[in-house]
Amino acid sequence: MARIIVEVMLKPEILDPQGAAIAAALPRLGFSDITSVRQGKRFEIEFEGAATPEKIAEVERAAELLLANLVIENYTVRVNE
Amino acid sequence: MRIGVVTFPGSLDDRDAARAIRMAGGEAVSLWHNDHSLNNVDGVVLPGGFSYGDYLRCGAIARFAPIMSEIAIQAKAGMPLLGICNGFQILCESHLLPGALTRNSDLHFLCRDQELIIENNSTLWTSDYSVGQHITIPLKNGEGSYQCDDQTLAMLEAEGRIVARYAGENPNGSRNSIAGITNERGNIVGLMPHPEHAIENLTGPSEDGLAFFTSILKKLVS
Repeated sequence: MARIIVEVMLKPEILDPQGAAIAAALPRLGFSDITSVRQGKRFEIEFEGAATPEKIAEVERAAELLLANLVIENYTVRVNE
Repeated sequence: MRIGVVTFPGSLDDRDAARAIRMAGGEAVSLWHNDHSLNNVDGVVLPGGFSYGDYLRCGAIARFAPIMSEIAIQAKAGMPLLGICNGFQILCESHLLPGALTRNSDLHFLCRDQELIIENNSTLWTSDYSVGQHITIPLKNGEGSYQCDDQTLAMLEAEGRIVARYAGENPNGSRNSIAGITNERGNIVGLMPHPEHAIENLTGPSEDGLAFFTSILKKLVS
């Protein structure tokens, strides 16, 4: 069984109010020197067989079609060995 | 004139949208997300709510509902299509309108009567308004901040495709205070606030929303 990880983040220029709220909360808990937090999504996609280039390409297609909205988000795909 | 209202799992405002169509003098036709036929309607409203629980992103799953394929084909051919709130989010996810709706800048779910300025009355859904008219209708969403890249924003402004803007303070961080936009042809309109909740004074803050529905019915008759 193979697992492919897709991570989706808001593009840098898109405001992330959730990340900003977390960044504001951390200093109150004693975590200092934090300048920024961005919150994203992580998808763990499992399937039978090996993570062939074809499988990775298929997951990339799924990321572009559904997992990420490319208007506001970027994504990365990697194999979790 | 028959206007379809699509019900997705999690739609909330389909009944109010249907009632607004009837109050404006039209026939409201219920459409189901899992159907493929539009049942010969003359136009479609995608109502507000939380289709598919807003999972992944608002409207991201609804975009792939069976009925959306037919709606996209017809709308690209000129069929009138209005997306309200979650419906607007679905239109953006479907790329029938540019941009995207993101989390309100202050993170709060906003529910209030909102003053808008109508900016474009040449769309099929806004002809009964005048440009510059102020209207007050309910706004209720958590992801209503309209975002797009600079190039798209400049295009929307230059082509007069901003249908309505928030009056006064920007409630949610939308670029250029955008509350609603239209496509190039003016048959597809997306709007975050809810005209269908403001069609009579008994239940709404005003009757200002009714003109969205009278506009389209007049266009379809003529």
